[in-house]
Amino acid sequence: MAQTLKPGSGPLDYGNRTWLKILFAAIFFALYAPIFTLIAFSFNTDKRGVVWRGFTFDNYVKAWNNADLQEAMLNSLTIAFISTIIATILGSMVALVLWRFRFPFKAGYEGVMSLPIVIPEICMGVSLLLFFTNAGMMAWSVSFVWPFNLINIIIAHVAFCFPFVAIVVRSRLVGFNRQLEEASKDLGASEWQTFWNVIVPFMMPGLIAGALLAFTLSLDDFVITYFTSGPETVTFPVKVYSLVRRGVSPEINAASTALIVITVVATVLAMKLQAPDKSGKG
Amino acid sequence: MADAIVSLRNVTKTFPGGVKAVDNVSFDIAQNEFFALLGPSGCGKTTLLRMISGLETPTSGQIIIGGEDMALTPPNKRPTNMVFQSYAVFPHMTVADNVAYGLKVTGVPADETKRRVAEALEMVKLTHLAQRKPDQMSGGQRQRVALARALVKRPKVLLLDEPLSALDAKLRDEMRLELTRLQENVGITFIIVTHDQDEALSMASRIAVMDKGAVQQIATPSELYEQPTSRFIADFIGKVNLINARVVSSSASKVVCDAKGLGRIELPHEGPAQGDIAIAVRPEKLKISEAQPKGASAIATEGKVRDVAYFGDTSHVVVRCKDDLELAVNVQNDKRAGGAGVERGQQVWIHWAPEDTLVLTE
Repeated sequence: MAQTLKPGSGPLDYGNRTWLKILFAAIFFALYAPIFTLIAFSFNTDKRGVVWRGFTFDNYVKAWNNADLQEAMLNSLTIAFISTIIATILGSMVALVLWRFRFPFKAGYEGVMSLPIVIPEICMGVSLLLFFTNAGMMAWSVSFVWPFNLINIIIAHVAFCFPFVAIVVRSRLVGFNRQLEEASKDLGASEWQTFWNVIVPFMMPGLIAGALLAFTLSLDDFVITYFTSGPETVTFPVKVYSLVRRGVSPEINAASTALIVITVVATVLAMKLQAPDKSGKG
Repeated sequence: MADAIVSLRNVTKTFPGGVKAVDNVSFDIAQNEFFALLGPSGCGKTTLLRMISGLETPTSGQIIIGGEDMALTPPNKRPTNMVFQSYAVFPHMTVADNVAYGLKVTGVPADETKRRVAEALEMVKLTHLAQRKPDQMSGGQRQRVALARALVKRPKVLLLDEPLSALDAKLRDEMRLELTRLQENVGITFIIVTHDQDEALSMASRIAVMDKGAVQQIATPSELYEQPTSRFIADFIGKVNLINARVVSSSASKVVCDAKGLGRIELPHEGPAQGDIAIAVRPEKLKISEAQPKGASAIATEGKVRDVAYFGDTSHVVVRCKDDLELAVNVQNDKRAGGAGVERGQQVWIHWAPEDTLVLTE
């Protein structure tokens, strides 16, 4: 009689092995415990935020009414909003060019295009700072009225966000049935009509996913923003950093939790939209 | 041809890399024809269809549709519409929107669009599914959408690229009948590309057989079957027994030749004065008998049954004769008892009328 396998000892039963379970638990603990602590302490009544004293929503109210945090959040959202729009347009145009055309040095161009993804943020921050300083934009943009004084940060954010959009949109386009485009032209549509009526609707999930990705990246970026923001402009992550230097208050916990929620929602939406589907096969 | 709707003049297409997909093709397609481009895969038939639609441009030659040279006319301005092999139904639009698309983009007024879409859906029996999305439909239904979407434009020529290849066998038979019916009703010239000879023979009024980028023969289905002009056609369309032979003598109405396994035979055809030829005879024209047939006129040979395959309505019998000549014979199982009436290993005679034989020189 064949020997029966003990539960959990089958070749694919990794999940049932005790040591693996412990490892998983340890990893998840290390990853998420700090975040959950942050969230939990945002509801703490203790002012110093070190000991748990009781549950309250006061920190959220205080954070909401903090004029400095408000200004920083407004700046962050404005920057994220504008740079997302520009990055999405640029990124999808790049994706279309790479998908549609063959041209010399295409592989090289693709590599260079995705450099901002792999370059260490600190290098990107320094290089952008040098660029803006030498171009005189650092001093120049300060004189603009809001939101135009954010232009340096917006340019910087577009620069590191658009490759993400391009990659997401391009992977969506790979599944496009070229006969749809041909059918559209055959039915009397011009190139332009075909683009708007057939290609854009097909790209839409990729466009939205890319835009949400760009939005979250821009919203929580610290390093590049820190380098490229002038003395006057403060974004939310930069503001949080400056407050933390004077000690962590539950107020910051509350504000950070709000940021986490925005980011998580956007990311989950983006991943949902990116999931492969059957449409587009004609 | 005086009433040609499509005329091809020395059309050639060379792809980058030097592959000649279509090589100097010229023919005319008449108004209201159901014309089939038939050939093995890679013979250039789809490229030819795409050139007629404008999705591909010929390297040289002329394509004339409705009396106008189409050289400078892009696909969206041509009086042709295509049903794609993948159907290419727009996935983000409902059935009705799909059908309306071609009218909307060309600025047909909304009320006329509505009326014509309703007519087209009626024609392909999809009225009840007008608000469905394509991903909730079967392959056959999506194909009807593609058909309606093309026909609603009232093209002069409807182009169909392998329209039945993605359907299962039963649906294919249904669709075949429906396409023929549709073509008669709408009175539009249909050009269909197919690799399936049954499809071409049963639907088309005329067939162009293509091979290696060139047209081998253009004829009606029955001419193609009964009077193929080359071994390739005889072999490609249906089944055939091809027997090598050498001409002994010939006159205007008679060829005498020595055929492998058959000896010296006389055929009532004109033929070349000398050289090697092939004689061809279809399996259903052959008769099997146990005794030597009487009457001198028939071509007859003796052999041993090697194989009997039963297909219900017919049986396919393979008989090995002299000189290793193997002949395929189709027997109608017209009685319930007995099947083909022969068994493997049995010694039989095969005979047929000389006028059922073809002489092929190419």
